[in-house]
Amino acid sequence: MAKEWFRLTAHEIRDAVLGGAVSAEEVTRSFLSRIEQVDSKVCAYVDVWRDAAISRAREIDARIRKEGFRGALAGVPISIKDVLCTKQGYTTCCSKILRGYRSPFDATVVERLWEAGAIFLGKTNMDEFAMGSSTENSAVQLTRNPWNLDYVPGGSSGGSAASVAADEAACSLGSDTGGSIRQPAACCGCVGLKPTYGRVSRYGLVAFASSLDQIGPFTKDVEDCALMLGTIAGRDPRDSTSVDLPVPDYCQALNKDIKGLRVGMPREYFTEALGGEVREKIEEAIRSLEKLGAEVVEVRLPHTEYAIAVYYIICTAEASANLARFDGVRYGYRSPRATDMRQMYHLSRSEGFGPEVRRRIILGTYVLSSGYYDAYYLKAQKVRSLIRQDFVKAFEMCDVIVTPTSPTPAFRIGEKTDDPLQMYLSDIYTISVNLAAIPGLSMPCGFTKGGLPVGLQLLGKHFDEMTLLRVADAYEKNRGFDIGHPPIN
Amino acid sequence: MDYEAVIGLEVHVELNTNSKMFCGCSTTFHAPPNTCVCPVCLGMPGVLPAINRKAVEYGIAVGLVLNCTISKWSKMDRKNYFYPDLAKNYQISQYDLPLAYGGWLDVEVDGRTKRIGITRAHLEEDTARNTHTLGGGDSGVDFNRSGVPLLEIVTEPDIRSAQEAYAYLTLLKQILSYLGVSDCNMEEGSLRAEANVSVRRVGDPKLGVKTEIKNVASFSGTYKAIEYEIARQISVLSRGESVVQETRGWDPDRGITVSQRSKESAHDYRYFPEPDLVPIAVNDEWVEKIRASLPELPRARKQRFVTQYSLSEYDAGVLTTTRAMAEYFEETVRAGAPPKPAANWIMGDLQALLTESKQEISSCRIAPSDLAEMIILIEKGTISGKIAKDLLPEMFATGSPPDKLIKEKNLVQLSDISELESIAREVIAANPGPAADYRAGKTKALGFLVGQLMKATQGRANPKLANELLIKELNKIS
Repeated sequence: MAKEWFRLTAHEIRDAVLGGAVSAEEVTRSFLSRIEQVDSKVCAYVDVWRDAAISRAREIDARIRKEGFRGALAGVPISIKDVLCTKQGYTTCCSKILRGYRSPFDATVVERLWEAGAIFLGKTNMDEFAMGSSTENSAVQLTRNPWNLDYVPGGSSGGSAASVAADEAACSLGSDTGGSIRQPAACCGCVGLKPTYGRVSRYGLVAFASSLDQIGPFTKDVEDCALMLGTIAGRDPRDSTSVDLPVPDYCQALNKDIKGLRVGMPREYFTEALGGEVREKIEEAIRSLEKLGAEVVEVRLPHTEYAIAVYYIICTAEASANLARFDGVRYGYRSPRATDMRQMYHLSRSEGFGPEVRRRIILGTYVLSSGYYDAYYLKAQKVRSLIRQDFVKAFEMCDVIVTPTSPTPAFRIGEKTDDPLQMYLSDIYTISVNLAAIPGLSMPCGFTKGGLPVGLQLLGKHFDEMTLLRVADAYEKNRGFDIGHPPIN
Repeated sequence: MDYEAVIGLEVHVELNTNSKMFCGCSTTFHAPPNTCVCPVCLGMPGVLPAINRKAVEYGIAVGLVLNCTISKWSKMDRKNYFYPDLAKNYQISQYDLPLAYGGWLDVEVDGRTKRIGITRAHLEEDTARNTHTLGGGDSGVDFNRSGVPLLEIVTEPDIRSAQEAYAYLTLLKQILSYLGVSDCNMEEGSLRAEANVSVRRVGDPKLGVKTEIKNVASFSGTYKAIEYEIARQISVLSRGESVVQETRGWDPDRGITVSQRSKESAHDYRYFPEPDLVPIAVNDEWVEKIRASLPELPRARKQRFVTQYSLSEYDAGVLTTTRAMAEYFEETVRAGAPPKPAANWIMGDLQALLTESKQEISSCRIAPSDLAEMIILIEKGTISGKIAKDLLPEMFATGSPPDKLIKEKNLVQLSDISELESIAREVIAANPGPAADYRAGKTKALGFLVGQLMKATQGRANPKLANELLIKELNKIS
């Protein structure tokens, strides 16, 4: 039987490929057969680029042989959330309105992974336009949690998280506006990072909420996370909000001790509302960090209670403008029933967008309307500054903040689809992080009795991904359990 | 009852940067539809704008010459509305923090100086262009114009008449051309003016209800539209009715304004700060650098022409109409031509040639140094002024220098006395009748004989000398 290359991490694959232990083609074929084997159950992918992946792998093999190519991700098979523009295949955001749409360009992050020698396996499922927490809002398909197929993989980047958890990709790229990387990473038991706003170029990310969106990696371990971040981070002249700060070698954060490091526990996050197995696992993780020499301090984030309200004003306002371009004029779905211009707009958008997207566009249009702007949008921006200030102050007392990623583990498919508000509340620990523009990382810290992963969230200062990765790596190497692989074959 | 008009103008200027406001596409006007486009100006999913620094500099330059305060900190906003010519269905513009604000411009109207306040000048992107088939059915959108940088310049409601509006627009266009920030071509839409017009009883401090006049293709159209609108509003009020706040279009064929959209259907643009762009930070150093690079403006240049070159106010005014003409004149003088003849040739014969061939002085084939050389040759008597009048069109058509054409066509003036004397004698001999008439006191006959002499020399004879020598010969006793 062929070696199960799909079980390996990205750095292991890269080392094996560059060391001549295996060809990129063999690795790629291994992943492709894994996809064939399990994706009919998981449904992580909406498009698999089988032939392109194989010819790309051959190209990498040839370049290694002929040019001595040494890319940081040479031969590493990667999946991409369908919200990122790729010249290859389709870019649909899992929406009917973009069905069949092909992007004329690659997102900057895609270009950077390509230059590093990555092999793209295809595009992954997501909540339509990244709006959702369970991937149930996809217009294409339902994705199932590889740890238990009756459960959601989280969202909105559920397909990316599931693809990595089910060993259908070594790594994946997702996007995170209010938790869309960290929450599915927690649900599926992988490492997910939302970098500091401005750390990674958003060029080629189909915008949901421009001031909150950030692209980040899903990986099987912290080392891969450092590797991926180092590859995609950095200033891009095409994204004015990307910051011109040097990109450190994030792998320098690995294998370091955390003695004397101050770990903050926000009082507002560990209330009575947080109960059960999630609290148990988080407290266990905090004890592990203490054992490693970290000092745990209580910090205050007094404006936490406003975060969800502020988030749903700002993100919907920005979305209402960002999604205005989907009008049936230049590309995408145009209703065949339209007989004049007004109808073309009205019917194309009503028929092309799903209910959650429509709900948010309407909310966003409302909060920006004349007469309501000051009460909603402007007020929300002010409170957003307070939330950001909360974190800046908290980080005077500590080096990282530790929280649960989500108040609960993954829920059953269909459990919350009729209750949008309940769905919004599952993002309570992740949303403030986007509002404050700081980096956040989710990693597994154990399983529930039912066998579902629980996510630990680590938050850092602006542009201090180094410390996040250092703590995450130390914890990962000392947490006392192996994440293993989901029981799916 | 006496009414007065209260008018404010909004002028949209397309800046002539090489590339668009937020992407690298060319801004050229003369390109086949949808050839100067990219994912950014087409509003494809996933794109982001990147601001054109040159456009900001142009905006600052205009702000400075309009005596505005330049914002140290301004930002872009999204103006939301749906229309097929708007790629993203929002326009990136500036709402509450414009690039420049609080300035003024002095214009001359009937010999009086009128100061018109400038409320603001802000940056935005132009829309695409919609075209429709006659009779309806099909519509097309050309995105070449989508994302071309625009500067919107808004005045205070300080204007009181169509003449003042016209004077403001003309001066503004002249200044913008001098700055070189826009082609200012109304046919191509690089300069578009909208007028807000209201009337009120003289002495009434309260403003009347205004209408907004759009779609006027020329300044004279704006003049007529404002005149019409003032008269219309006065007649509405005189009948005891009230003016409706609305947008009205100018119909040049019928010479009237027509209602287009009332306030009830006005848009709620839902402005909010553009999250894809960082604020525009302008420091003093940048502003001073731009200020130092500003060209001399028309009024200052005109005054300098009067003092430095002893030109009349009128000549100086004509020569400074455009920066190109002023520069042409100064280069001609620098190349050695005396100012007054240089001014006369440029404003007279050269301008006539340009007008006739519909050319701009900037594309004139006569180099200023060649025009200067021609004028020097006249001054030295090498060629006659009359010859020069024929020489100039040759230079204009060929671009050849005057000495080359003079040699080729043997145009050097004949001033050799003995040679001219013998020709004069031949002319008198060949025309005994007129010669006899002259001697009999009919001095008019001299003109005929001069003409004959010029004809015999193909016009090369020094006319003054020819005149003198003919008289001398005729007065000799034969």
